[in-house]
Formats: sequence, C-alpha cells, structure tokens
Amino acid sequence: MQYLLTLYVDEAGFQRMTPEQQKQGMAAYMAYTEALKQAGAYVGSNRLQPVATATTVRSVDGKTQVLDGPYADSKEQLGGYFLIDAPDLDAALSWAARCPGALHGVIEVRPIWKM
Amino acid sequence: MTNCTAGVQLHGPCNPSDLAEQVARRSYGKLVAFLAARTGDVASAEDALSEAFAAALADWPRNGCPQNPEAWLMTVARRKFLDAYRSTQREAASEELEDTAAIPVDGENVEIPDRRLGLMFACAHPAIDAAIRAPLMLQAIMGLDAARIASAFLISPATMSQRLVRAKNKIRQAGIPLAIPERSQIRARLETVLDAIYAAFAEGWIDAAGTDVARRDLAEEAIYLGRVIVELLPNEPEGLGLLALMLHAESRRRARRNAEGDYIPLAQQDSSLWNAGMIAEAELLLHCAGAMNVVGRYQLEAAIQSAHAVRARTGQSDWAAIVQLYDALFAISGSPVAAVNRALAIAELHGAQRALEDLNAIASDPRLAEYQPYWAARAELLARIHARREAHYAYSIAIGLERDPAVRRFLEDRQKMVEE
Repeated sequence: MQYLLTLYVDEAGFQRMTPEQQKQGMAAYMAYTEALKQAGAYVGSNRLQPVATATTVRSVDGKTQVLDGPYADSKEQLGGYFLIDAPDLDAALSWAARCPGALHGVIEVRPIWKM
Repeated sequence: MTNCTAGVQLHGPCNPSDLAEQVARRSYGKLVAFLAARTGDVASAEDALSEAFAAALADWPRNGCPQNPEAWLMTVARRKFLDAYRSTQREAASEELEDTAAIPVDGENVEIPDRRLGLMFACAHPAIDAAIRAPLMLQAIMGLDAARIASAFLISPATMSQRLVRAKNKIRQAGIPLAIPERSQIRARLETVLDAIYAAFAEGWIDAAGTDVARRDLAEEAIYLGRVIVELLPNEPEGLGLLALMLHAESRRRARRNAEGDYIPLAQQDSSLWNAGMIAEAELLLHCAGAMNVVGRYQLEAAIQSAHAVRARTGQSDWAAIVQLYDALFAISGSPVAAVNRALAIAELHGAQRALEDLNAIASDPRLAEYQPYWAARAELLARIHARREAHYAYSIAIGLERDPAVRRFLEDRQKMVEE
C-alpha cells in the first residue's frame, strides 16, 4: 500500500536555527530519504516553500475566489511530504516515527485511495 | 506451562440450534479472523459468517448436525465471502483471497488456523480510538451485536454501530495488519489488548447484582477473551495476570449482594460464598506468571486480590502484603487509585488516623475530585475517628458520584449512622 506522510512543523523554528543547525537538519532529512530508497519504500517527497507563499482558491457560485494565505492557520504548518510504499499501517507508522519531522513537529499518516 | 492453559471444550452432540450457538461462541472469532486475515475486511467477514449461521439453522434440522460444524460453517462462509468480494470487484482481490481459498475445509478433520490473536491486535491497535477497542473486540471476536454492547457501555445503539463501522473501515482502509506484532513490540502492544479486555470486564462488573443480563455476560465474555490470550500467548505473564485478576473478582460475584440486592463491601462478604474453583485457577495462573519474573500491573492487581482471598482460609486478609503490593503498583502506575486503596489497607494495619493522613497527602490530586472510591474511603475513615460532620460531607459527595443504586443505598445508610 502507499501512504502519504505529511509533515506539520513550526516553520519559524527553521529560521531561528543557526546555519550549522540548519545544515544538520537538512542532513537528517537526506539520510532519512536515503534510508527509504535503500529499503525500496520511497515513492516521492518534496519540501514546500513557507506558508507565506500560499494562496487558496475556491469556486463560489461559479465565481473563482482567490485568497492570500493558507487554508488552515495553525501553530504548525504543512511543510512537506513523503509518499512511501509500505506493506501495512504498522510499517508506515514505523517510517513516520523515524522521520526527522517527528522530532520537531507532527507527521500525519494517510493511506492513498487506490483508484 | 500446559497446566496453566486449560483448553475450551465443546460439549457433546445436541439439537441444531444449541449446536449452532455453541459453535458461534467457540468459533465465531476464529472464523472471522480467518476470513478477514488477508483483506482486513472484518465487516464482510462478519456478514458472510452470519449468512452461514442462518444457512446452518435452516440446513441442520433437516439434514442432521455435521460432524465438524466449524468446517461446515467455514465452507459456507468462505463461499459467501468470496462471492461478495468478486461481485463488488472492490480491489484487485484475487491475490489476497488466494490464501483464504487455499485451505481445504470440506474434510472432517480439518484444523482451521487460529488467527484470533492477530484480529485482537488489530482491534486494539494504537491507531484505533481507545474507547472503541473493547466494543470492537467484543463484536469481532465474540460476535456480540452492537445493541447489546451499546447497552453495556451506556451508549445509544445507533452511535455504537456507527463507531464500530468507522473502526472496521479504518482497519481495512488504513491497512492495519491483522497480525501478531513482531517480538520486540509484542509486550507494548499486548498492553492495549489487555486494557481493552479489562475495560469490557469492568463494564460487566458494574452490575454486580447480575440483574442486567447484557452486563453480566460482558464479564463472562471478557474472561473468555482472557482465556484466549492465555491459550495463545502462554508465556506472557501479564496476560496470565489479567485472567487471574478477572477470575478473583468474578469468584466473589455471589457474595457482593445479599438476597435483598443490597451491596456488601468486600470486608463484610461471606467468604464461603466465594467460588473456590475460580480462586484456585486464579492462584495457579498467578503462580505461573510469577515464575516468569516480569512484574506488571495486572499481576500486582491479581496478587492484591489473592491476598484478600486468603481470608477464605485464614479468616483474615493479608494486609501487610496488600500494602506492599499497592506500593509496587503505585510505583509503576503513579495512579492515585492505588494510593486510595493503599490508605484503606493502612487503616487495617495502623488505624484510621494514619490512613487519613496518607489520604490527605494525595487530596490535591485533581483526578480524585470525581473519583467516587476516594470520597467513600475518606467518609469511612472519618466516620471511624468520629469526625461526623466531615464524614457526612464526604458521604454526600460519594453518593452523588455513584451510579449503582445499590451502592448508593449502602452509602446513604452509612451516612445516616454518622448523623445519630
């Protein structure tokens, strides 16, 4: 099965880090990505630009509304995702537990809807 | 180890509806677990099985009871299950169903693999809402219907049905495995399974008078689930501890109420009414668990009940042991409940004054504000030192927090005694 691991983190936290800490943080994500690839569990991943760049779009009564800002304003923001392949939820949860994002944020694990 | 795990026996031949009921009780969870093992589709497995039971009730009176009723039911249920799956084309199911279809069950001596444990681990998975784990297990393993579970858990049947459906959907859609966790995780994961079983038992325990059949049965069903755990995981001491604890509690069922339905506290129970067979079994289980040298919450709680049970032999509970065991329980759980019970044991050893001092030391814990046994214990100890006004107040709070009318009556009587 495929699972989407979405990472919710306080993105301001990254700005507060020293360049050295930022480098370490990046390295942790690189290592995690490598481990996923090594295990054949990696499908895809991306890091998102800060939430200040977000724009929301919806269609109301046939008119398109465009609003500046993210859909949900919260203490932690959607900062990126990993799409992984895992035999079951337990395996997906153990990958989520290893994700560096779990140390400074929350990982939501959702199965992909198979079409 | 074999001494600790008595198997569950099916009784001799009988009329078809009795036989179907016995097979249902003994084999329901086994058949559901087997059918759902690969697909994770518990709801479809249950549907197929209930169709098979309906077919049995129609067929057996006409054609006689089959030699191996479990295999008969499995054959029919599996056909219905596969048919339903193929017709809905839900997923690319063929591969997942191969395993289900592979085992021949038409013969008379076929052993259906017992995968109930995997199903229990799925029902009590950390990804399943903790409040629905016990009901889910009662339904999937024991085959209890939602209405019966709902009345025992004081929830509307419609709400209970919805929550059960949602939990089963989550198992299937999120890919929660119907499997025994790997060795390194089994202890931690077993804890949630045991907690769910104990929650079911506790719900059944509340109705001590046994007037509410759904509740009384729930305690029996929970003990049955405890037996399944002990049978399938005989080397897990906490599983043995939980079964011992439930058997100790259940052994006193007849003594907890008098003929008028009045509540009788443990200290005043007639120990000759306790069920000696259950106590003996509990003691054996606890002994086996102790030999494994891994202490845990359920073993400690069972040991406390064991120290009370010695009264049947010696006329006196072993209060010194009880205090020590509550100390150990408090050390691993940090629970104020252990501290409250410890104080009551201290009262027996060193008097009510000392016990009240201990109780005062934990009185600021916010978890105790709505905890009825704390207020009842406080009231009782205050009454013993003749602090009448304070005792009266504590009894009022205890009465206000109690939902069992028999216990309320008991507390009201005690309260009247401090008024005089």
